[in-house]
This record gives sequence, C-alpha cells and structure tokens, in this order.
Amino acid sequence: MHPWLGSLFGGILIGAAAVLLMAGLGRIAGISGIAGGLIRPGVTDRIWRLAFVLGLVLAPLLLGLLRGDTGIGAVQVALPWMALAGLLVGIGTGVGSGCTSGHGVCGIARLSPRSLLATAVFMASGIATVYVVRHLLGGLA
Amino acid sequence: MKILVALLSGLLFGLGLSLGGMTDPAVVLAFLDLFGAWDPRLAFVMLGAVLTTAVGYRLVLRRPRPLLEDSFQLPKARHFDIRLIAGAALFGIGWGIAGYCPGPALASLSGGATSLLVLVASMVAGWWLAARLPSNNR
Repeated sequence: MHPWLGSLFGGILIGAAAVLLMAGLGRIAGISGIAGGLIRPGVTDRIWRLAFVLGLVLAPLLLGLLRGDTGIGAVQVALPWMALAGLLVGIGTGVGSGCTSGHGVCGIARLSPRSLLATAVFMASGIATVYVVRHLLGGLA
Repeated sequence: MKILVALLSGLLFGLGLSLGGMTDPAVVLAFLDLFGAWDPRLAFVMLGAVLTTAVGYRLVLRRPRPLLEDSFQLPKARHFDIRLIAGAALFGIGWGIAGYCPGPALASLSGGATSLLVLVASMVAGWWLAARLPSNNR
C-alpha cells in the first residue's frame, strides 16, 4: 500500500473513533481533554477516560500482534529536550483547551472558529520550531 | 457499556495513529519540516480524520442525545482569547521539538523508551499546572 493511502486509512480510523465516542458518550475525542481530565480538579468521570487511554496505549501492541510492526518509531531527541517538549505540550494544550485531535480533528470537523485558529497557530508554531531547530541550529543533539 | 465504548474508541484511535505514521516522531517532524525534506503523510491523516468526523458528527448530532448519556457535551466557548492563542503556540513549540502531540505520546508508551516516559510525565505535569492556573474557567 502507498504510504499516503495508509495514512489516509489511519485518518479514517481516527475519525471513526471520534464519531463512535460522540455517538456513544457524547464526547469530543480530544486526547489532551480526555487524558488531562484525569488530573483536573472536580472531574468525577474518570473511568471512561481511563478506558479510552488504555485503548490508546494497547492499540500499537494489537497492531504488532496482527502484522508484526507496532508502528512505534524511535525517539528523535535527547532526554532533556523530551522533558521540555512534554512540559510545553502539556501546558500548551491545557491552557489552549485542546491539541491535534480536539482542535485539529474534532474542532475543524465542526467548523469551530476557535479550533480553526488554534490549529493554524500550533501548525505555524510547530513548523517554525522545526525550521529553527533543523535549518538554523542544525539539529538538537 | 460506556467503558467498553470508550475502550473501543481509544483502540480505534490508537490504531489510526499507528497506521497513519503519527507514532513515529521522525514522520511527524518531517511533516513539520516544510522548508526541508517535507513528508506530506500527516496531511493525509488529517484529511481522512476530518472528513470522516465531519460526516459522522453530522449524522450523530441530529439525534436528540448520545446512546449512553443524557446529552452531547460540546465546547461552548466561542470567543478568541490570549489563552487559546498562547496555549496553541506553546504546544506547537513542544510538538516541533520532539515530534509528539498528546495522542501519539501516550500510544507510543508501549515502545518502552525511557525518555518517552519522561515526556509523558512532564506533559501530565503541564496539564496539572494548566488546570490550576487562575482564570481557568473550564
């Protein structure tokens, strides 16, 4: 299969997951919202959130059993950069109320102006960051 | 039943991420490398996901309520604010540094990389901090 077709199919599965969650539980399939909700004060519905995250974690293992390749790629940057990246992703998606899934997929599918803006901003910021890292700094050792 | 639907949805979501190439940070970073050796694969993931969700939501949201809950919980905020823009900008920087957004970071945990565990732990710490910032009205 052409890699682009594989990616399109992967995207369709993500969409199917989002539709299933909306049809069943009436929830947006935003990962930062679902997983972040596990530690948000006042949140009482932790069990479905845990179940969703469990499914997410188990999926590549299932894929590995089915086709021998989990699809999990190697980490690209050294540990201190991973720590910094995680903190920025956590604070950013927490403060900005969403990530690639909540804003980028579910929000755009609903034509939410907030999500369209957020997606444009994090795409631009991600592209700018990779530009600075790769083409100005020559990579992160 | 709710737990089963959530588990199944998470499973489908994770399969989509893996098959789409999003659990490989090299592919993600190559997608963001617009001015280098650009890899368009993630655009196809986004396209497939957005179109499927747009059509599916249209059908589902016609119903009076979800199958297992009393009401649909859709985001109500409509205004642009500094939190949305600054948050998205910070997220993009983190995404561009390591190539992980929250879904793929969690889905890649079973790969066993210690530094990914560190990334997920600091991401959770970031969520914890963000939820306790003042004027967080969610």
